[in-house]
Amino acid sequence: MANRTPTKRGAAAIPHGLAREQLLDMYRLARLTRALEEKLEILFKQSKVIGGLFRSLGQEGESVASAYALRRRDDGTGDMLSPLIRNLGSMLTIGATPGEVVRQYMAKADSPARGKELNIHFTDYQRGFIGQISPLGDLVPVMAGVALTFRQRGEDRVGMVYIGDGATSTGAFHEGINFAAVKKLPLVVIVENNGWAYSTPTRMQTAAKSFADKAAGYGAAADRVDGNDMLAVYGACKAAVERARAGGGVTLVQVDTYRRKGHAQHDAHTYMDPAEIDRWATANDPIDRYAATLTGSGWATARELAGIDAEVDRELDAAIADAETSPLPDEQEARTDVVAGGPVPGHWYRMDPPDPRKA
Amino acid sequence: MANATLSKQKPDHVRLTEQGKPVTLLEAIREGLWEEMERDPSVFLMGEDIGAYGGAFKMTEGMIEAFGNLRVVDTPISEIGFTGAAAGAAHMGMRPVVEMQFIDFIACAYDMITNYVATSRYRGSGAVPMVIRGPSGGYVRGGPFHSQNPEAAFFHTPGLKIVYPATAYDAKGLIKAAIRDDDPVLFFEHKWLYRRPQLREVLPSDDYIVPIGKARTHREGTDLTIVTYAAMVHKSAEAAEVLEKEDGLSVEIIDLRTLLPLDDEAIVASVKKTNRLLIVHEDTRTGGIAGEIAMRVSEKAFEWLDAPIQRVTAIDAPIPYSPPLEDYFLPQTDDIVKAARWLANY
Repeated sequence: MANRTPTKRGAAAIPHGLAREQLLDMYRLARLTRALEEKLEILFKQSKVIGGLFRSLGQEGESVASAYALRRRDDGTGDMLSPLIRNLGSMLTIGATPGEVVRQYMAKADSPARGKELNIHFTDYQRGFIGQISPLGDLVPVMAGVALTFRQRGEDRVGMVYIGDGATSTGAFHEGINFAAVKKLPLVVIVENNGWAYSTPTRMQTAAKSFADKAAGYGAAADRVDGNDMLAVYGACKAAVERARAGGGVTLVQVDTYRRKGHAQHDAHTYMDPAEIDRWATANDPIDRYAATLTGSGWATARELAGIDAEVDRELDAAIADAETSPLPDEQEARTDVVAGGPVPGHWYRMDPPDPRKA
Repeated sequence: MANATLSKQKPDHVRLTEQGKPVTLLEAIREGLWEEMERDPSVFLMGEDIGAYGGAFKMTEGMIEAFGNLRVVDTPISEIGFTGAAAGAAHMGMRPVVEMQFIDFIACAYDMITNYVATSRYRGSGAVPMVIRGPSGGYVRGGPFHSQNPEAAFFHTPGLKIVYPATAYDAKGLIKAAIRDDDPVLFFEHKWLYRRPQLREVLPSDDYIVPIGKARTHREGTDLTIVTYAAMVHKSAEAAEVLEKEDGLSVEIIDLRTLLPLDDEAIVASVKKTNRLLIVHEDTRTGGIAGEIAMRVSEKAFEWLDAPIQRVTAIDAPIPYSPPLEDYFLPQTDDIVKAARWLANY
């Protein structure tokens, strides 16, 4: 529990049982997420990030606020989450570090996946996150299984899994949430409706009036929240997490937000309306809104927030400088960890060219 | 875990070996599952109708009563769902064993198995020590969706292991080895062998395992080698008897037991001994495992061959239902006899 320092005289009461330090911590994490992605974008343009580069611009707030509702530990006893590609904020919130994210994006030997996987697809069971894979929806059943094990062991831990508007159309989503609901497992399913699945708009994804409506079909609890209001997201997710912890089963939380970039850096997103992006950017940016709430409610000063911004910048510059010195993996790494017990065979004609006349 | 309580509850149908009685292949697997459940509290079973009903083939009969519904987990019809859930549990240190009611349905979980489970260790996302088991194979008039041998669809996926036993002894030893293995294992059980009285045998009462990745010589011989697995071991053995009686041929049969990883050493050693190789599998021909075996022998023992490698397989079609159709579709003993004769006379 963070120390509770008094807020300013005349400040509004902080909701959801949060302390002022926690409010600032959430601000720092949202800023860290955005700034890290901005720096990754530069590294991408320098061809130092060699795969795709995915931005969560406009979604940093809900990523941080939802994960902030979890019990976060670094010793394998806390809650667990599985993020989507646009949940860098959730990863950083539950304990991933900017340094490992940068090394992973740069395909370094000492990145979490040792150069075998991209971006934020990585895992740490101690800190409580399981990397997603690109076939979307698969992590819903997997996280249901994680929650099943919490039940089997009598642990009061909770799983949280993120799914986009697009992947709610998959069979894996259906089978996973149904399985978890039938078993009343401690699982929170965050449906991030950011308006787009690559180039496919939400209206082409479902005929349902809302994603929250789908919960009833599974007998799960539902909530729907403004995804660009960090405190509202935190409140909804906190309630869902505590319901799960108390044995109340699955909650589907629909988080409405907006993806202000293309699917990835290569995507010029010509199918999106620039005026619409503009409206979200100017009137509904989650970090701007949160900063205004913090200062307007007397919970933080603009100067404090600027100080956090500067600190985030320093932290990231150091992390990137450090990551840049890491080497790329040795090519033989490609043969390791396919199964336990040693590397798989390599190319015999590369390693030991035989003389067929002597065979 | 209160083992004393468990053994008090242990019903007779899983004490056959304890009582010195012979077991069928199905009973051998059931005993193996039971003993692993008793040995390790992280082992649990999951699948459709496996609880009160005991599974479509009664493999898990009596288990929910003994181990409770947190360790014998009935699921909705959801091969993606429970395969994924097993992976999640395995990540957390559990040892799930999931049942495909019929192995044909494993295709529903193809993405979860090949993209998620099989790549997890490689991606740095941790080991997935889980077993996917289920009744496989034909000769039972099951039609297109209750007779398949889908091993080749997974044989191509690095990160998996594939086991397909032919005897009760191997079935029990291999299911235990599969459960204790730190990688995902697909464990195919031939339903035509499940209750075959000829396969009943008295098993050792000690806690033995059969190592994954090791083939077994089912029958020694000097004139030609048949490399095969599962039900085809027994069809090949029948053929070998005929060939010995009618042609005076000495046929060696290698039962692979594990398909992935293949035991190259055992295959090559036998080929070097007999210089003639016939591969027999019940699965269809194109893209079947015979192709890979032939290629490996070509790489490692080309000079030792006195005849082209031949294969006996099912034809390249879905599995038909009606007896004359299924009988034609599947390899029969007589097919193996004819192919072996051709090879011996080459």
